[in-house]
Parts: sequence; C-alpha cells; structure tokens
Amino acid sequence: MSDELKPDELLNKIDHKPDGGDWMDTPVQIRPGMYCYAAKAESVKTLGLPNARPWNPAEDDWKLPENWQEIIHNGIKERLERFRTFKVFMDICVRCGACADKCHFFLGTGDPKNMPVLRAELLRSVYRNDFTRAAKLLKFLPGGEFLAGGRPMTMDVLKEWWYYFFQCTECRRCSVFCPYGIDTAEITIMGRELLNLLGLNIDWIATPVSNCYQTGNHLGIQPHAFKDMLEFFTEDIEEITGVNVEPQFNKKGADILFITPSGDVFADPGTYTCQGYLILFKYLKDKYGLDVTWSTYASEGGNFGFFTSHETMKRLNAKMYAEARRLGVKWILGGECGHMWRVIHQYMDTMNGPADFLEEPVNPITGTKFENAKSTKMVHITEFTADLIKHGKLELDKSRNANRIMTYHDSCNTSRGMGLLEEPRYVLKNVCDNFFEMPENTIREQTFCCGSGSGLNAGENIELRMAGGLPRANAVKYVHEKFGVNTLGTICAIDRAALSTLMEYWVPEVEVCGIHELVGNALILPGEHDREMDLRMEPLPGKEDIDE
Amino acid sequence: MNQKYMLPLAGVVLLFLLAYAGVEGAGLQWFFGIVIPYLAVIAFIWGFVNRVMGWADSAVPFRIPTTCGQEKSLPWIKQNRIDNPDTAWGVFIRMVLEIFLFRSLFRNTKAAFHRDENNRLSYSWEIFLWLGALAFHYAFLVTAVRHLRFFMEPVPWCLKALEYMDGIVQLGLPNIFMSGLVLLAAALFLLARRIFDAKVSYISLAADYFPLFLIIGIAVTGIAMRYFTKVDVVGVKEFTMGIVTFQPVIPAGVGPLFYAHLFMVSVLIVYFPMSKLMHMGGIFLSPTRNMANNTRAKRHVNPWNYAVDVHTYEQYEDHFRDKMIEAGLPVDKKE
Repeated sequence: MSDELKPDELLNKIDHKPDGGDWMDTPVQIRPGMYCYAAKAESVKTLGLPNARPWNPAEDDWKLPENWQEIIHNGIKERLERFRTFKVFMDICVRCGACADKCHFFLGTGDPKNMPVLRAELLRSVYRNDFTRAAKLLKFLPGGEFLAGGRPMTMDVLKEWWYYFFQCTECRRCSVFCPYGIDTAEITIMGRELLNLLGLNIDWIATPVSNCYQTGNHLGIQPHAFKDMLEFFTEDIEEITGVNVEPQFNKKGADILFITPSGDVFADPGTYTCQGYLILFKYLKDKYGLDVTWSTYASEGGNFGFFTSHETMKRLNAKMYAEARRLGVKWILGGECGHMWRVIHQYMDTMNGPADFLEEPVNPITGTKFENAKSTKMVHITEFTADLIKHGKLELDKSRNANRIMTYHDSCNTSRGMGLLEEPRYVLKNVCDNFFEMPENTIREQTFCCGSGSGLNAGENIELRMAGGLPRANAVKYVHEKFGVNTLGTICAIDRAALSTLMEYWVPEVEVCGIHELVGNALILPGEHDREMDLRMEPLPGKEDIDE
Repeated sequence: MNQKYMLPLAGVVLLFLLAYAGVEGAGLQWFFGIVIPYLAVIAFIWGFVNRVMGWADSAVPFRIPTTCGQEKSLPWIKQNRIDNPDTAWGVFIRMVLEIFLFRSLFRNTKAAFHRDENNRLSYSWEIFLWLGALAFHYAFLVTAVRHLRFFMEPVPWCLKALEYMDGIVQLGLPNIFMSGLVLLAAALFLLARRIFDAKVSYISLAADYFPLFLIIGIAVTGIAMRYFTKVDVVGVKEFTMGIVTFQPVIPAGVGPLFYAHLFMVSVLIVYFPMSKLMHMGGIFLSPTRNMANNTRAKRHVNPWNYAVDVHTYEQYEDHFRDKMIEAGLPVDKKE
C-alpha cells in the first residue's frame, strides 16, 4: 500500500531522465496513492453542477454523457473566446523545457507528464487537432499530420487529463521561469473546468464546495458549532493568559469584518493561529477600541470553488461582500491563507465588486491608508499587523517565542499571485529572534508548494502529496541540519495542515505554525497574568521546570 | 533513430532538393524565384495578422500577472517595481526586459538530486539556454536586417554601419559576418539540446525540429553562397530589386543554390504563422506578464461577467434560525 511507502523507497523511485518513447503513445495508469476519490453525487447535485452520479476513477466506465466529446469541444471553444490566457498559451509554447524541472511534482515523482510543458501538451495536442487552421492545412501535405502534432479526444486522453490535472497544485512556479509567462495554473484551471462539465471532480474539492455553499464553510460547521469552537479557544486563552478575549459574531455596525479559512477553527496547528487572531483583536479592542466581528455566514476564507470553475469560485466568494454589506462594516480584514488571497487579490473585485458600500481601508489606530487595497477594500492580516508593529502599537515579548528557531515558507499564492513577501517576515522577526531563510531558489517567488494545494490535501493520495512536497521538505531539512531550525512558519491554512504531515514524513523534528500564533504568544494583553504556557499549552521558555 | 527528428530532417532535405533540382533540371527559376516568394509573403502577412487578431479578440477577464517580487503595500516596504509592477510604466520595463533580454529565461535553474546520506535537492543557475536563445535570436535579427541591403537602393547608412559592426572581425575575404556563424552555431546548440537532453528530447515534437532544420538549412546555404560558391551578388541584387519593385526579372548567372535558399526562406515564412514561431507575437499579449499587479487598488472589469446563483444570507438564516437563536447569535428575523 502506498501509505506505507517509506521515505527511502519513495526517493528510490525518482528518476528525472525519461526513457525515450513517445508520450502520446504512453497510456495513463491511474495508480492508487496518486489520485483522489471521485466527487460524491450528492455534493455535485447541491451545487447544480452537471452529471451528478456515483462513479469510480479506477473503473473503466466513468458514466459519461453520450455526447461527452461534443461537450468538451464546445467547452474548449467557449473558453478560448473568454480567456486570452488560454488561447495564447495554447499557441505559443516552444517547448524549450525551462519549466521542466521547476515543478515539485516532477521533482518528487520523476513522472515526465508532470513536467509543466507536458501537462499543458495533454490539452494542447487536442487543441491543435481540433481548433487550429494549421492542422487543417497540413493534413493535405505528406507528413503534415505528423508535423501538426495533434491527437483526437479519446477516453484515454480524458483519463490522462483527469489524472494529471489533479496532480497540479496551480502553484505557478513554472510560470516564473517561462520566457512567455505561460502559466500552467491557468491551463489546469481550464482543464478542471472542462472535466467538471462532465461531472469529473474529486471529492476533496466537491464536498467542501458544497458545504461552503450551504453552510458557510468548507468543513460544514454550522453557526452554533462555529461559535462553540471559538468559545473553546476563548476558554483555553483564558487559562493561558487570564483574559477573556470575547469574540463577537455577526455584529452589525462593527468596524471590521474578519474572515479566515475555517481550517484555522478546526484543525491543529491552525487553531493556535486562530487563537493568535483572537488575542490580537482583544488587545486592539481594549487598547484602542477597535471593533472586529466574525461571521458565521461568511465563515470561510478559502475557496475550493477556485479549484472547480470560475463560476463556482464566484458563487462562494460572493458571501464576503454580501456579509460585509449586511453588517455595515467599514472594510474587511482577511486571515492567513494562500489561495484565499489569490482569489481576493486577483479575482474578487472583478467578480463580485465594486465594493462601493465599503470605505477605503484605513487603519484607525495608526492612520495608515492601505492604498494597495483601496478598491477591493480587503486587507491582509500581515499587512495590518506589520503596520501596527511599525508604528509601535503592539507591546510584544519576544522571549516567549525564544524556543522557536524559525524558517519561513512562502505560500505559492501569496508570493506568485500577490507578492506578499516582506510583510510576514517583518511580523515574524518582531515576535521571534531566531530566523533563518531557506536556500534562495526555494523561497519568495521561487518558493516550492507544500504538494497538497488546490484541493489535493486528501488522505488517499498521500504518496502524491509526500512526493510533491519533497522539494519543500528537502529545503527545510537543510536549514534544520544547518541552523537547528525547529519550526516552519507559514501564512496558509492548507500549509499548516499539509506541511505538518509533510514534516512528519520527511523532517519529523520540525513543527509547523502560523505567524499569528507567534504574535499571540508574544503580545502582552492588558490585565494578563504571568503566562507560563504558550498557546499549545506547552511551557514557555524559562518556565519548563515549573511542571516538574 | 528517432522519427521525431529524422522525418523533419528528411523533409527539409527534400525541400532543398526540390528547389535545387527544379531550377537546375527543369529551369523553374520563375516558379521558385517569383511565384513562391510572392505567395509566401502574402500567406505570412495574412496568417500573422489573423493569429494576432484572434488573440486580441479573446477577452481578458481577470488581472492575473505572475508576481516575481515584493508587491506595493505599506510605504516603508520596498516594492519590486519591475517584477511586481503596479503601474503601466513598470509593466513597460518588465516587458522590454522580457522581450529584449529574455529576463525570465535568465532566471533558469537546473535541479540536481544527490543520492547520498543527505539526499539533497539542489538548484544551480543554468545560463546556457538563455545564452543560446539570446545568441540565436539576435543573430537571426542581424542577419535578417543585413539582408535588407538587397532590397534597397541606395543602401541606407544604418545598414552599412550594421554590416561594418557585424564584420568587424576582419578575417578573410569577403569579411566574415559574425551573425551568420553565430546563428548557425546557436541553432546547432538548440538542436543538440533537443536530441541529447533526455527531458527536452521527451517533450520535443516534429514541430520543434522542423523549423530548426529549416533555419540550419537556410544558414548553411547562405554561408555557402557567400564564402564558398561566391554567388553573383550583382545578379542577386538585380533579382531582389525586381521583386520589390514588382518588375520581377530572372538574372543570368545566379545558380540553383540561391533558389534553394530562397525557397527554404519562403517555406519558413509560410510555416511561421501556423506554428509555435508565433511566440514572437504572443509574448506581447501574455496576460501574466503584460498586466500590472494592482487589482486590489484598481478594479478590473470582466467584459463577460454574469450573475450567478448564490446562497444568500436570508436562505442561510432560514435554514439555521432556531440553532442560531439558541446559541445566542444575532438574527435578522426572529421567527
């Protein structure tokens, strides 16, 4: 079984030199450990998406509609008109190979179809066959068809699409190196949209999307349970600090609406980051009277709709502005998350704006205008906290994080789809003294994905995830061995879950934390008692012997 | 032997022989020298314009640049204005560097996996693809521009200056033009990469080898005419001036090698718009590079944005009202 695959065995499987042959003649093998289970019919139905039925990728019959080829053909045609990216990227790749060894899935699996260029060629070959005048003209010449390099859309091709478009985390690392900026994320997005036209989603995406649509968040946490969970944290924080942080919910007329991924409410170690937010908001309320509210309706920052289709992304994202308008807040603050921020930064205003019912965001405590967010009116929490720290508005005790020897993982989406690089580092360095960067080809815009992004954070594809996360883990291992790094900081909810598993597999000595967990530890709340534990309820540095 | 490159190679040899034999054996100078080039130019312009217009017709629904540096945010954080531009000027600089210096390719790295007790993955700077590509494109450009002297009378000073620079290494007679030799060497390098690098070989299609062989064929015939067979340059100029003034003539004394050269150039420009060579036009229109990263500051409009079904707060509250009231959460409607 794949989940018993040892790290050494996984490493032994890697070979970066494809052995000849023609990739078009190499049929796909859908291998356990490398793919996610099919979307449940019920989830697909809730969203009103096509072809809801039970099916199994491992079986021959995928229960497709009779005219599936026509649906795909028309789907491609429509998207070529709607997206210049798609059309240009189908036409201009010269197959120079610069992207080939930039993909974490290729580096971790050695599967040549995980080279970004080939992933795109899976779709491009069909495009060339069905949509280019060249193919039609060349057909009349001897050898012309061979030169055109197309292939017809068959069931084998469709299965290959499904397998490999769900082996891409849309991280865009290849796009940084492409001389034409060809973005495989964009191609995977189109590929997945097309697959969704036939009802070929994976369940790890479809069910969270359906939950989010109906209940407000991916995990399907109902409003009262959401409140309960934050109240659990409140009790823990009171035990640690002696202060009741009193979160507010669905409060009309609050200054700021705060939205973060529901993963932070639900799963360790994201929960500690969530506690960090609660402590920060309490501090700002007591010191400066800032009124922040949480929402149970818009209780999801993440957007797995983005991994389904542009339309589904828009349907889920609509709740943020709708809730901000209903509550009458001034602007929106967003928590630590990767793809959530790609959606907010590059799509939200266009899809669901203009947000003319909100105010241009100003930090009421420092007076800083967030010029870069003046239209979308949503600010990233590390932009907000960095501004507070810069203006000396937070009282911080770094020594409470002295046991943490940190490195920092840039999330794909915030680095390559936004450029949020210095803000989290600034916050990190102000709450912790020990910080070491990973090697430069593995951070900032060249950062490596956790291997589980874009909805691939399931259990059944664990081999894929551990292989895809290898380049990231390998760089962490390097700083662990060189500088004794014991904690990997990140600003992404999927990272917090995925990197924890990844570290356990590759570098078990390293823990994962969010940046605001460290802020929560360092921030000195008015009226707090002498803290002895950090947010994980482990003894603070210097207080270790108290338990004994 | 791999048919992905053997067939394109055979094809190019065949094209050469076709023109060579056609002129030498059948006396078809008028066909290969006049009919084909005129048709090729028409096909090129029509095809190129069509392709670019086709791209321009597609919408740009979202502003999705790939950001390769620090965003513009707080005033005290230094923005990378070129790799993460938020203004048109920044985008312009980014595009200029991309188009003229292949900036993204310049970043290229090579991954290596060291199988030992550390099992380290390392990434080193890999400059040869960038160098080869840059040499290839600039040599091609200089060679093409240099050829304009055949189509102009008198030859403008700037062309003469370019020729002077190109031939500044004064070796032999006639002067060696560096551009032609660099072009040939770079094309051979790119070809060798495709054949011998396992990864690049695996991704390469016939459509990648064909234009390379064609360009190598053009360079070889060109070099052969200039340095070895010493083509009748006066005759060639008479011919090309006839073409551009629409009074085509077939000069005596210009051999079949010239027509083979010209025929391969014609094939190249006909093939150009229907192939990957259109990256020349496409790079200008690539949305991940030619857009500013200021989507949160300045709203981008999607021309085809449409209304979608959403789950409204009212529906949500209707569904959960009792539980919300019981949990002490505020509600809009009490019953």
